[in-house]
Amino acid sequence: MELWNYIEYGAWALAALLGLHMLVDWLKTDSTYDEDVLISSREGELEAMAEEHKVH
Amino acid sequence: MADVDITSQTMDGMGPHGTKVGLLRVLGPAHVWALGVGIVLVGEYMGWNFSVGKGGAYAALIACWFAGILYSCVAMIDSEVTSTVASAGGQYTQAKHIIGPLMAFNVGLYLVFAYTMLEAANAITAGYLFSVVATMTGYSGELDQRPFIILVITFLAWLNYRGVLATLTFNLVITAVAFSAIIILFLSTSGILGGGIMDHAALFEGHELPYGWVGVLAAMHFGLWYYLGIEGTTQAAEEVRSPARSLPFGTLAGIMTLLIAATLTWYVCSGILPWEFLGDGVDGAVAPLFSAAQLSGSMALVWLLGFGTLFATLASANGCINDASRAWFAMGRDKYLPGWFGAVHPKYRTPYRAIIFLVPIALIFALGAPLDQVITFSILSGLLGYTFMPLNIILFRRKWPLDTIKRGYEHPFHPIPAIALLTLCGVTFFAVFLGYGTQLVAMIGFYIIVSLWFHFWRYRFVNRGAQFTMPWPKPRGY
Repeated sequence: MELWNYIEYGAWALAALLGLHMLVDWLKTDSTYDEDVLISSREGELEAMAEEHKVH
Repeated sequence: MADVDITSQTMDGMGPHGTKVGLLRVLGPAHVWALGVGIVLVGEYMGWNFSVGKGGAYAALIACWFAGILYSCVAMIDSEVTSTVASAGGQYTQAKHIIGPLMAFNVGLYLVFAYTMLEAANAITAGYLFSVVATMTGYSGELDQRPFIILVITFLAWLNYRGVLATLTFNLVITAVAFSAIIILFLSTSGILGGGIMDHAALFEGHELPYGWVGVLAAMHFGLWYYLGIEGTTQAAEEVRSPARSLPFGTLAGIMTLLIAATLTWYVCSGILPWEFLGDGVDGAVAPLFSAAQLSGSMALVWLLGFGTLFATLASANGCINDASRAWFAMGRDKYLPGWFGAVHPKYRTPYRAIIFLVPIALIFALGAPLDQVITFSILSGLLGYTFMPLNIILFRRKWPLDTIKRGYEHPFHPIPAIALLTLCGVTFFAVFLGYGTQLVAMIGFYIIVSLWFHFWRYRFVNRGAQFTMPWPKPRGY
């Protein structure tokens, strides 16, 4: 086998590893936190807190 | 809410309206620049040269500058609106506030399709580049490109999953290298540093406009390739520390960078490569800057432009994942799509479900669809998005004139940029219709069908009370 064949296998393995890491973390996160917390993000936080939107 | 300190460590990312976990505000103007230029710069490395094949080198230059005007209008309009409507979702959120839900739904889909298709096209290209490197390093067999395509998508998705700061800092570095490579190639081949190898006069003689002015029109379609995606800067709106300053700064610096890069790219390639070879992006110059470096006779330039091509491809795919996931996330948060997609990772502060959901979709297109069809669908979705922008800014200025709300940036000469953009979109639609009429009609049919679905079914689930969040006065005329 040539070097590039090993690199091919390495690419398969690394892709699987990264994909698996995301999946495991996703499942862990979803089971650790309440859904209400995870989807609590609301648009317009900065505007409501810091912007006046008035022309002086 | 005025007493809430948004710079506090304990409140960082948290805010009013019940937000417990939000996207993290950590980005600066350089990241915005890296996001916009990073998505686009691959178009300088490959793709634009089809315009040479359509109408010759001069037609490609005219297309380059006409498209440059179009995108300067896009950048200015986007800078004004998004510095005022500074939320994830970019043009989707703008459409929601300024035009209405149906427009917003369509614009959101344009964004997700344009970026996901572009991500798939970039992954296919990266797989091809790995096979070229394998051949260059003496590998005699047929390299399987699939693991490299899958690795590019999963690695970049993983990076996006883990945090926006690392993702866009990575983009900043590789985009800067790719841009510098173009400058170094120009300096090395134009005679400024060492001997020049360009000969525009000899290469152009007798081929000024080989297909006449019709060729110029046909070249317009691929002229977009120099700048397609700069509007993606708006997706960072909810993650920049100072939207009113960073977004206009990063976006306008980005379009200036691209105008320089596009013109230099045209100048270098058309002065070194014969137009017949340059214009054939399939059997001729697949990556014209790399081909120009090969003709320079310098191995250092060959490697530099080789890495430049790979880095530009990765930066584009990376930015596309960032942007598509923010648009999908924003639509989920408003329940234009299932609210499940509106989740933010409590540790990494990223829209993790949207990022993961789009990975298999990108993989299906990258592994199962032909590259030209993927690119065409991406361009057409982008073009529909550009057509929305002039209408958006005209309505924005009419409903909320300059003296009613504070803007981070006010673009000059309104409504000239909007009218110019609308006109150039019309010309480009005609040019696209000449080459890809069937795809254009099929795609518009697709958007009509999903619009009907949204109107008659999905809209009942939309979080109508929470979708308009800007503390603006009532629009004029209402």
